[in-house]
Amino acid sequence: MKYTFKGGYHPPDGKEFSEKKSIEKMPLPKIVAIHLHQHIGAPSKAIVAIGDEVKVGQPLSEAGGFVSIPVHASISGKVKAIAKITDAGGSKSNAVIIESDEKDEMFEGVGVKVDYSNFSADEIKKKIAAAGVAGMGGARFPTHVKLSPPANKKIDYIILNGVECEPYLTADDRLMQESPDTIIEGLKLMMKTVDAPNGIIGIEKNKPDSIKVMRDKTSAIDNVSVIELEVKYPQGGEKQLIYAAIKKEVPSGGLPMDVGVVVSNVGTASAVYDAVALNKPFYERVVSVTGESINDPKNVLARIGTPSSELIEFAGGVKEDVYKILNGGPMMGAAMYEMNAPVHKGTSGILCLSKENAKVYTEQPCISCGKCVTVCPLNLLPTDIQLNVQHGKYEEAEKLGLMDCMKCGTCAYVCPSKRNLVHYFSIGQAKINEMKRDAK
Amino acid sequence: MDKMLIVSANPHIRSKASVTKIMHMVNLSLIPALFMSYYYFGFKAIFLTLVSVVTAVVTEAGIQKFRKVAVTVSDGSAILTGILLAFNVPPYIPWWIVMLGSFFAIAIAKQAFGGLGFNIFNPALVGRAFMLASWPVEMTSNKFWASPVASFGAKTGPTMDAISSATPLNLVKTALKADPTQETVKIISDAGVSYWDLFVGNVSGCIGETSFLALLIGVIFLMILGYVNWRVPVFYIGSVYLFTWAMGYDPTFHILAGGLALGAFYMATDMVTSPISNKGNIIFAIGLAFFTVAIRIWGGYPEGVSYSILLMNTVVPLINKFTVPKKFGYVKPVKS
Repeated sequence: MKYTFKGGYHPPDGKEFSEKKSIEKMPLPKIVAIHLHQHIGAPSKAIVAIGDEVKVGQPLSEAGGFVSIPVHASISGKVKAIAKITDAGGSKSNAVIIESDEKDEMFEGVGVKVDYSNFSADEIKKKIAAAGVAGMGGARFPTHVKLSPPANKKIDYIILNGVECEPYLTADDRLMQESPDTIIEGLKLMMKTVDAPNGIIGIEKNKPDSIKVMRDKTSAIDNVSVIELEVKYPQGGEKQLIYAAIKKEVPSGGLPMDVGVVVSNVGTASAVYDAVALNKPFYERVVSVTGESINDPKNVLARIGTPSSELIEFAGGVKEDVYKILNGGPMMGAAMYEMNAPVHKGTSGILCLSKENAKVYTEQPCISCGKCVTVCPLNLLPTDIQLNVQHGKYEEAEKLGLMDCMKCGTCAYVCPSKRNLVHYFSIGQAKINEMKRDAK
Repeated sequence: MDKMLIVSANPHIRSKASVTKIMHMVNLSLIPALFMSYYYFGFKAIFLTLVSVVTAVVTEAGIQKFRKVAVTVSDGSAILTGILLAFNVPPYIPWWIVMLGSFFAIAIAKQAFGGLGFNIFNPALVGRAFMLASWPVEMTSNKFWASPVASFGAKTGPTMDAISSATPLNLVKTALKADPTQETVKIISDAGVSYWDLFVGNVSGCIGETSFLALLIGVIFLMILGYVNWRVPVFYIGSVYLFTWAMGYDPTFHILAGGLALGAFYMATDMVTSPISNKGNIIFAIGLAFFTVAIRIWGGYPEGVSYSILLMNTVVPLINKFTVPKKFGYVKPVKS
């Protein structure tokens, strides 16, 4: 049986730059900027003040609601400022700036092994929430919320997302090979929290090493299986992955739990293990620093809040032909305004692309070739939606499924007229949300 | 670092596909058909094609200059319209009619609607319809059709009067009107035409339409490149076969004769004027077959391909509206 979905496209994947590079620990940054709001949901509230001494893993804030998580100090040192800092997406929001004392002292209890075998589901969830774990695939949805479905939603599967269909990125691939045990333990913990009878780990076929490692490690576990997915973008989209694995469609506007599934990135599973078993909050993550315009592509373990420029320097600096620097992959990542934007919980890659590869094209008129329709993983009509948005017909675009669009960019990738479809979808979705807010 | 970085919406990488590449590939794929037209109709075929292409390109550039928009003739779409228009005229038509037809196609059917991507009708076919309405004698009278073998045998091109001959479709239609009991094979073989002649293009007809074989080679090339949706030609030609067979006519003759191959492979598959979805394209193709057969059998003209395509072009927006694909996730939620 082939595990895949309808639509999609396979762009050249660029994994060769970093897929064979082991994860390296970054040297400690001198200064970090940790945004209080680096997850989906309410911003967290700062609980430290300027001048406070903080240690690694110490909470800097408290959750600002149920759908919210705290952030933690990623280095030890002194809180220098709490100020508005430009994030990787280009907007400004409050961040705690810590100057390092270069001691790298751990906060009390952080990293100490805990016997978690008798933890109840609620205790596990509390640990996950307190550790500030959010989806590491990019969307950064608080993990404890995902693991708290309403009582009437029975969860049958936890699906771990090791697909990494974004070109270039290799962070998950490396993590699966170098730290399989923590991922699998994390998966078991998540299965326990929601009482899910089955675990599935989905990996794209172009990562044979990871597939082999995960297969070997899970062979003795009856209710956990590893599936090899067809190599096609966006195979790692939540809805596409669920469809590929269990052939169920998440309803429009619904959540995976509506079809009895919780999907989580493999990195997140590892973070769950760290939070519960090692009492270690989410203050560092694996980042692929790669692309054709960086001298020495690497996979690094970086502290949250490290300026991107330090990761770039660690990877040998940029080449002369660098054109765009992205936070994330080339299909869905955000182009950065400046190189100092800090690494956040969803930063899976810092990507340096050349002009030749990341060229900005002039739009040509749509010739109705239908390529975008063929590749849309949600079976929408991208060209129609785009034209409606362009002409201000937002309601019409909404009827055509504008709000279903996850902006994966496959349509824009294949478009021979180089139309900036995703650009218009973003505008359209923002407009619809605005109209809905105004209507309230 | 003092270098300016570029910021734009995702995706940050794009495929190598481009409109220019598509159009030039389509132009390239028409070379076998152009060669066959030269082979059978002599240099006149090349000359008329050149007249048409040059007029199309100059017209497009001139109008774009006038409209003060970017001149985009290098994208190859005007060249394509020029070639297709020339392929739709009889070999001995006066060259100035082709020139006016090509001008009309680009100026009215394409640029007046806003240029590439905005035209509702296939420009080349509008040009043909314009010529047919304005110069019906030159477009249809037997004396402008050339008998191909004679033409090539003479190398330099024969004189018009010596070799004029009716197109097979015309021949059959007239003969069947006189005596409906005749067999089509017999009618054409009496005129010295076999199925094989129809297949390779050794018959009288428009410049580029006669060789099914050459057009087939071209369209297979385009299908391999993914520029042509196979559903349109397959369902169009298949339905013509089925309809003519069901009505008691000779189906093989009907798919090989006339402009069906050119229409089904190159005109109906024009991306701009055909539906977007696969389902829409199938409906479109069956509609085309219906009108083609209706015009050929009951209509005043022996050939119905170009009018049926123009007719179906008008309903493309409607087809698109009714064939919106089922969106992912629009199933009834599983009740627990």
